[in-house]
Parts: sequence; structure tokens; C-alpha cells
Amino acid sequence: MTTTDVVDWDAITLDPRFIDLHRRKTAFLWGLMALSVAYYFLLPIGAAYFQDLFKIRVWGVLNVGLLFALSEFILTWVVALIYARKCSRDFDRLAALISADFASRSASRPGVNV
Amino acid sequence: MAGLLGVAALGASFASHAQSAVGEGKGSITFIVFAVIIAITMYVTYLAAKRVRSASDFYTAGGAVSGWQNGWAISGDYLSAASFLGIAGLISLYGYDGFMYSVGFLVAYITVLLLIAEPCRNIGRYTLSDVLSYRNDPKKSRIFGALSVITVSIFYLTAQMVGAGVLLKTLIGINYETSVVCVGVLMLAYVLFGGMVATTWVQIIKAVLLVSASLLIVALVWVPYGFSLPAFLQDVVSDPKVQARVATLLGDPAKAMSAADLGQRFLEPGLYLKAPIDQISLGMALVFGTAGLPHILMRFFTVRSALHARHSVVWAMIIIGGFYLLTLFLGFGAAKLVGPADIAAVDAGGNIAAPLLAQYIGGGPDSVFGNFMLAFVSAVAFATIVAVVAGLVLASASAIAHDLYVGVIRQGKEVSPSGQVKAARVATVIVGALSIGIGIASKGQNAAVLVGLAFAVAASANFPCILLTLHWKRCNTGGIVAGLIVGIVAAVGLTLVSPNLTYPKAVKAAAHKVLDGDAAKRTAATEALQSNDPKQVAKAKKELGALDKAVAKANADIAKWADSQTSFMGLEEPWFPLKNPGIISIPLGFLAVLFGSLLFRDRRAEQLWNEVYVRQNIALVVSKSTAVH
Repeated sequence: MTTTDVVDWDAITLDPRFIDLHRRKTAFLWGLMALSVAYYFLLPIGAAYFQDLFKIRVWGVLNVGLLFALSEFILTWVVALIYARKCSRDFDRLAALISADFASRSASRPGVNV
Repeated sequence: MAGLLGVAALGASFASHAQSAVGEGKGSITFIVFAVIIAITMYVTYLAAKRVRSASDFYTAGGAVSGWQNGWAISGDYLSAASFLGIAGLISLYGYDGFMYSVGFLVAYITVLLLIAEPCRNIGRYTLSDVLSYRNDPKKSRIFGALSVITVSIFYLTAQMVGAGVLLKTLIGINYETSVVCVGVLMLAYVLFGGMVATTWVQIIKAVLLVSASLLIVALVWVPYGFSLPAFLQDVVSDPKVQARVATLLGDPAKAMSAADLGQRFLEPGLYLKAPIDQISLGMALVFGTAGLPHILMRFFTVRSALHARHSVVWAMIIIGGFYLLTLFLGFGAAKLVGPADIAAVDAGGNIAAPLLAQYIGGGPDSVFGNFMLAFVSAVAFATIVAVVAGLVLASASAIAHDLYVGVIRQGKEVSPSGQVKAARVATVIVGALSIGIGIASKGQNAAVLVGLAFAVAASANFPCILLTLHWKRCNTGGIVAGLIVGIVAAVGLTLVSPNLTYPKAVKAAAHKVLDGDAAKRTAATEALQSNDPKQVAKAKKELGALDKAVAKANADIAKWADSQTSFMGLEEPWFPLKNPGIISIPLGFLAVLFGSLLFRDRRAEQLWNEVYVRQNIALVVSKSTAVH
């Protein structure tokens, strides 16, 4: 069972709404990913090459190193929140519109698997 | 039944208390608590087994698990022996560096969330190979995809088996080999009779138990400090046991440092990962490895839709993140209350730190409640291991049954549902037997480090392939095959010539060093025996006991390695200096996919790009993959 006669993928890729969605989604995902990876790698790099910085005591015996490691937890949760919010407010709606539109076009043809 | 055999074997060999950490006469509580938890999980399996009918049920729980339930299941799968036993152990023995594993394991989920979870759910069906074979030649993708899944699973499985072996050995006194067999047998029972449904529910139950037990221990550890983090760490740093441990690790430089400095050093990087590049290599493997773990990927296929997949990952990130914050207290708490020396004496890898902490909190080895806590925590850890092992075996068995058998040997022709389930069960037994054998052969390794190696393979082989087939138009079969082969060979190859293996020459040299230094330490301790202060005498006796143990071990090591000069691979010393191959093998994997794709033309891959491209971005009305396989 092939899909090419069920959903017109090529038509969707030409749809301006889809192109817009894809562009914004790409920019968002990869941008966020790049930031996260950069922030994360500051940790092993710091632990390896900036040990004197990491040893500075900031809060009692807590040093920069430990606080920085703990901040990575905050990073992770904030990124998850931002991503989930952006998807539910923005991308999901647009994707649903496009998908409903093309599904109704395909539904008029026989053999559709829904 | 298999499960009863396992429990009976436990009971039978429990007579030998050879290396148990349990106080005299308390062995039976341990056994009872243990048996109760195992019985509950067996019952869930039994209930689930009645509902398994089709291959879909067997593999993916019929697609019926909800977002937050799956979040708990993912957490259960992920928080394995490496997390609970391994990381707590690494932190208790090496301080700051152990916590780097916690951070890495968590941040890795950003990669999964942003780039992998939803796209895979939209186009996948049962296995990693489904994702890879979507656009590419199915036969080739499946063969190499299956090989990669099995390789990753073997490393990961070995880590769990080591954890289980150490746990049971310490707890009940049965020997390592027997406990590995018990784990294997119990795990087989779970998977054979329930498939994914059973393992999903076992994962959820176990995750809840694990998090609850950890919360309880951490609360008890932290309450005396009024939940103040600096106060807690201050006490850890001032503890003489911790300071002594740092002194041992540093060697000569320690003589110039004050006691307070030694303690503070425990909170600073570098006690375990000494080479700077080691930190980065490990970091790479961890942050990119999770996105390539086959048994985690399978979790996305058990939900209804991509939206549920997203919710699952977010829930998992909350639970897992919360848990790793707890490991900070488990590890440092164990260092302060039990002491790194005592932990290392029971198990050199430190895997036993968390259970020993539980025992201490409960009142120590000679109290009833102390041993109850030990039993409870160990049973939860044991259930953790069995559940994760089940998930891994399932991933490998489905790779063999679904990809190699149905897809390749039977040429993708229709195999009846019962035929598929049967093939899956046969594959399960094969993988189970393999894992028991390898687990026994891996005696003495450290759980979190082994998992780090599994991550390196996943990050070098699976991750580049998945990422590029989903996001790069020009990626094709040539790229996938090249990427998988190069990734696996590079990661495994470099590991085999790395410091992770045992090098008899180095072991013997270290043993001789211990023997040489023994005389001097012994005179000092023997003198202290003569003093009038009972505290000094007790301390001296303890030191002499430790010295005796060290000498015995050194002699045993020399005897064990008397005949060999080289490692398993025939090297006298490591050829590759890093503990984790990530920094080399991951870029190699990506380059292989790149060049492999560019060197070959593949019409099918290009034709199907639009479908993959669209599906990733919008959750289509068509919820199941319908491409030709």
C-alpha cells in the first residue's frame, strides 16, 4: 500500500502556509538547539579548562562549578517549557489547519486510510 | 514458572552470607521485602499477559498509553542501575565529576524533545529501523539498524547486569554469577509473557517506587540541615572520611593541603575525569546519545499521537530532572554518612552507595529498620534493573524478529500475527541468554561508565543517521549504511583499546605499589594501638583491618594476572587515551553519513523526501505510517 495516491505530498510542500510553517519551525528549533548545546558545553569545557573559575566559592562552600551544573537543570526545564508553549500556541494550530485542508481533499478519493 | 524458579534460586543460595552487608540474623527481612516487590510486578505481568494478542500489542501496548503515563514509563526506562546506583556511587567516591553524569543524562532530553520525538512518532512504527528504512532501502537499513540496536543494547544490558550482580551479592551474600542468572531469568519471564504492555506498567510502577524511595532518603538526609544546601555541603566538606578519600585520590599533592582544602576539593572537578578532553568527550556522548537509544525511541511509538509524544518527553524531563537533583544528595550524603572508603571496600565501582546510605539512615547494619531500608531500596533497585533489562531485550528482540526475520529473511511477506509474536519470543530467549553470559563475563565493571559507552555507540551510529534522514534531503541509503557501520566500528573499536579494559601490567604495578607502601603505614597504625585513648585504638584497628584487606587484594590481583601481560585486545597499555570515545566517533559517524550519501544516488530516498518532510512538520490525519516497507 503506497501513499502517493492517497495524500498529495508534493502539493503540500508547495502550499505557502506550509512553507511559512516550516521556515519558522526550523529557525525556532535549530536556534533553540544551538543555544542549548552551547550552554551545555560550557560545563565540561569549564570543568576541563577553567578550573580556577569553577573553584571560586560563592555561597558558603558552594562554588561556581556546582552552581553552574545546577543551572543546567534550569536550562533544561526552561527550554522544555518554551518549546511546549510555542508548539501549542503557534505551530500546532497552523499544522492542524493545513492537515485538515488536505485531508478533506483526499477524503473524496477512495482508499484513504484515516 | 520462570519467575518462581528465580525466587527459589535466591532463597536456596541465600544460605551463604559470604559478602553480605546485612547485620547478623537480619537476612530474612531482606528476603521478604524483596520477594513482595517481585511478586507485585509478576502479578502485573500476569494481568498484562492475558491481554497480549497481536504483534502491535506485543511491541507497543496497542498505542494506548497516555502522555503522562508514558512520561513515567520513559523515566522508569531511563533511570536504570546507572542512574540510581552508578551516579550516586560515582558522586560518593569522586564528588563533582559524578554529578556531571547527572547533568549530561538530563540535558540530552533537549535533543530528543526538539529534534527527534515528534518526527519519529509521525513516521515510525515499531523500531528504530522503521525510521531509517522509511526513505532508504528497507533491507539494508534493517540489517545494519538491527546490528546497531543490538550493539547498544549489549553495552547497556551489561551495565544493568553488573548493577544487579553487585546488589544481590552485597545484600544477600549469593555470588555474582548466580545473581546475574536470577536477573536474567526474571526478566525473561516479564518479556515472554507480557511484551511491551507488561514492561510499560512495570516501568511505571518501578519509576514511582524509585522516586518515592529516593525522596524519602533525601528528606531524611537533608532535614537535619534545615533543607539548607550550603549547610549540608559544608558538613560533607568538613568530614574526615571525605578528606581522607580525596587525599588517597590525589596522592602526593595532598600532603601540602590542609584538611579543609582537601574536603573542598571534593566539590571541584577533576577527581575522576582527569584529562580535560575526557570531560568533553563524555559530554558529547551523553548529550547526543539519548536521542539514539533504541529502547527510548520505542517509547514514543506507544502513544496515540505526536502531541502525546511531546507531553511524554516533557513529563519525563520533569521527573528525570527532579530525580537527578536527588542524586546530588544521595551521593554526597553517602560520602558523609557512610564514607567513601567503606563504600569502595564493599564494591570498588561504588555501585552500592545508595543502598548503604538507606541502611545507615534506618539505623545501621545492626538495626532492624536499617536492614529493612536496605532491603526496600535494594528491591526497588533490583526491580529497576529487571524492568530496564526487559525493555532492552524487547528492543533487541524486536530488531531481530521484526527487522531481520520478517523484513529480511521472509522478504517482508505477510507473516501471521501469531507467527510474529512467536518470532519475537524466540528472539527474546536468544538475547536473554546472551545478556546473562556477557553479564557474567563483565564482573567488576562500573555501571554508569558502561552506560556512557552505550551512549557513545548510540550517539555515533544511530543519532547521525536518524537526524540526517529526517532533516537532510540528500541523505540516502549509502549514507545510512556508512554511518551505521562507521559509528559502531569507531565507538566499539576505540573502547576496546581505551583505559576501560583491564591492563594486567598496570594492575600488577598498582598492586606492587600497595605492597611496598604497606610497611610504613602498618608501623604507624601499630604504634597507635599502644596508646591510652580508646578512640585511637579503635581507629588503629580499623586502619589495620583496611591495610590487611588492601594487601590481600593486591596479592590476589598479582596472582590473578600472573600469566598475562596484555589486555583482552593484546595491548600492554591503552592505545586510545580517553575513557569515552565520543569526541572521535561521533564526528566520524556524521562524516560517514555525509560522504556515504553524496557518493551514492538513491531515487527512492529523493522521491520520498517530500513525504518525510511534510509528515515531520504536521501531524497528519493519517496516524499510522503507510509507506511501502
